Amino acid sequence: MSATRPRVTRIVWTVLFVAGVAAIPVLNRRTLATAPAGDAGRFGFHLQDVARDVGVDFVHQPPTFDPQLGHIMPQVASTGASVAVADFDRDGWQDFYLTNSADNSHNRLYRNGGDGHFTDVAEQLGVADVNRTGTGVSMGAVWGDYDNDGYEDLLVYKYGGPLLFHNDGGKGFADVSARAGMPKWVNANSATWLDFDRDGRLDLFIAGYWPDGVNLWRLQTTRIMPESFEYAANGGRKYLLRNKGDGTFEDVTQAMGITSRRWTLAVAAADLRGTGYPDLFFANDYGVSELYANDGGKRFVDVAETTGVGRTPKSGMNASFGDIFNDGRLAIYKANISEPGVLVQGNDLWVPKEGANAGGAYDNLAPSLGVDLGGWSWGAQFGDLNNDGTLDLYLVNGYVSAGERSSYWYDFSVIAVGHSSIIGDARNWPDMKGRSFSGYQRKRVWVNDGVGRFTEVAQTVGASDNYDGRAVALADLGNRGVLDVIVANQGGPALVYRNTVTPRRHWIDVELEGTASNRSAIGARVETTFGGRTQRQDVLAASGFSAQNQRRIHVGLGGATAVDRVTIVWPSGRRQVIERPAIDQLHRVKEPA
Amino acid sequence: MTEVTGAAAAGPLPKQWLRLDNRFLPPLLITSILLTAHLSFGILEGWERTGLAIVTAFATEMALGRITYGKWPYAASAYITGISVGILLRSPFLWPYALCAFISIASKYVLRFRGRHLWNPSNLGVSLVLFLAPDTVSLLSVQWGNVVAPMVVIWLLGSVIVWRVGRFYLSATYVASFLLFSFIRAAVTGVPWVAAVAPITGPMYQLFIFFMVTDPKVTVRPMWAQCLVVFIVAFVELILRLNEVVYAPFYALCFVGPSALLVEMWRDARRAKMQVRAA
Repeated sequence: MSATRPRVTRIVWTVLFVAGVAAIPVLNRRTLATAPAGDAGRFGFHLQDVARDVGVDFVHQPPTFDPQLGHIMPQVASTGASVAVADFDRDGWQDFYLTNSADNSHNRLYRNGGDGHFTDVAEQLGVADVNRTGTGVSMGAVWGDYDNDGYEDLLVYKYGGPLLFHNDGGKGFADVSARAGMPKWVNANSATWLDFDRDGRLDLFIAGYWPDGVNLWRLQTTRIMPESFEYAANGGRKYLLRNKGDGTFEDVTQAMGITSRRWTLAVAAADLRGTGYPDLFFANDYGVSELYANDGGKRFVDVAETTGVGRTPKSGMNASFGDIFNDGRLAIYKANISEPGVLVQGNDLWVPKEGANAGGAYDNLAPSLGVDLGGWSWGAQFGDLNNDGTLDLYLVNGYVSAGERSSYWYDFSVIAVGHSSIIGDARNWPDMKGRSFSGYQRKRVWVNDGVGRFTEVAQTVGASDNYDGRAVALADLGNRGVLDVIVANQGGPALVYRNTVTPRRHWIDVELEGTASNRSAIGARVETTFGGRTQRQDVLAASGFSAQNQRRIHVGLGGATAVDRVTIVWPSGRRQVIERPAIDQLHRVKEPA
Repeated sequence: MTEVTGAAAAGPLPKQWLRLDNRFLPPLLITSILLTAHLSFGILEGWERTGLAIVTAFATEMALGRITYGKWPYAASAYITGISVGILLRSPFLWPYALCAFISIASKYVLRFRGRHLWNPSNLGVSLVLFLAPDTVSLLSVQWGNVVAPMVVIWLLGSVIVWRVGRFYLSATYVASFLLFSFIRAAVTGVPWVAAVAPITGPMYQLFIFFMVTDPKVTVRPMWAQCLVVFIVAFVELILRLNEVVYAPFYALCFVGPSALLVEMWRDARRAKMQVRAA
């Protein structure tokens, strides 16, 4: 070997090493790429917060628990802001319900006047004063017509006794909780309506977060925290309540095989496996997700491990479904935590594998599609925000915004790794001392190009708030053929983003009413074929985190000027095809006899 | 992480075939840790990330070693580095695993002084990636169940193995120093002592204690000096922790390890010069 060879090789290795090190920050930046500012027109829509202008002046108040939790109160009292959309009075305009969470605070029901203004009618209709001391406080709500009388009824789930309100013809609500057989106390952060046995009546699922025996206002012990940051199974029990059809419900949770004691933060139900029966997906905090496959309405089996969605434990906070490739496959979006320099879990976008049995196996495509890094992520929704024919994704985030220059993350990283006897006792958790904890985060709005890439455009299109977002819901509040955005912020104001979409983008809306199926048509599958593609959307109850979108299906058509057909698969199993429906209008469809 | 020493790599194989060669112990330990952790707790998001790190480390070692020295290098070192990177790094992306493994191995061929490389390869690689890519990379921290059973297995296995390779005193010195400094941290910051001591019950620390602070390639020679270096690592970690640096132990070792080596080399050179003068 010549004398110069070692020197040359050393130089080559040095250049390669330096290049490798230099590539790290470059790749880091490229991963975070967002759309350039001032380029809103390119994406075909713009959002503007008009909450105050349209009469929505709600500011959420968080709960205050036992003083023994005072040092970590912002963490344990970090949920409760929620939004649920429904046309409760059947006047053709979407209304929405917002929950409040301080003792004796009042919830709001905003009635859409159809003239661009909203009026709070919660007091008048009897669904405001639901957070009285000793009864628990609201964590969320979900609409569903459980008695098939044509009017959406309201379930308010709480850290406390869940409340079921019967909608009396859109003119008032009656508390029927006791008569219906609601559980006495559930520390729940999520619930949904589903017709799991396809008997034409909506059943109810409520997911406990804290164990039922924990009264957060009067602690018997401070050993109430999760036993592990990522493997905890000491959370609340779940309730699957079967609708008996006489206004009462029976608890069939155990009989149906749902045994989870994980810390569930979000639940959503849809037919993910093509069986005709709705399956249940749980996004669990402090652990793996669960996917309960519905076996013909006779039992549920957790298939999360075998399908891949429940293998890696993270901090799940959202469950929403969307056909992101317009190929009829419903992807599952689960929000987690990403904090630069500390914990980068990345959000999950579970997409069914091509060629596999429907819903039999999933791949997490969030990193490759660019929808993984969303900060401390909470609620998210799929919807076509720019009417280009593909489903976009709106994500809210931020945990605790307090001292702007201080962070609790270091102390959290210390306690979170500790042995279960350490992490499980609230007394051991370091004092937050007014520090922020993933606070003041910028939101994410990802525009879907339909061929495998999402571009983050939140700042560009006007979603520029930095509140501690919890729930987000999409609804066409002005019957304009666009999806507006309602955001519920923890300890902050509710936002109503009015959406302005570039003209000449067509759309079609479909609103379903079941007959043999449940009247809300929850669980129906709507496939819209246009421009050589077919987009699937399902009618859902809960979606996201503590949220519910409008039941109406909204499909943007992009440049297409016609719809070939709309195929509806009703929960009853009936199939209905509407050929060449008119575009740029709403179609109200009743299930054929 | 702990590398197989050059002497051990070149040494004769044991005569008794049943007697396990010390060279194989660290790779076996880290493999068993990975398998135990993943099969019981699913710590890996997928085998592809760890596999990519191992393959990259192996390919880099083979290429650089062969071209630089004209012979195939011993593969266990690259395997340990690759598997360590695969276990420790957390990222939704693939590139950090490949890049970190490459940088770790390449550092052994680039960052050399007087014939020795200065950094523990994976300690340097992981520290660089954490520092330069905070938005996309974090470290194994909580993905181990917060239960004691797997920790006990690792403590037992790790202790036996570092005892056999004659470096148990380093792990013990570090643990004792950490516990001592955790009292100080608790007193200064006001956090409960159990919170201050909590990190050492987590998985990241087990890898650090048994593989990084015991690396013979990058520690000084005398036993007392090695213990002093480990104590200083724990002290610098204390300073970093008081400044709320999450990955304090990795950065501390990254600063202190090479500094100690350089001091030793400087002292050796001065001593040699004095001996020459005296002669």
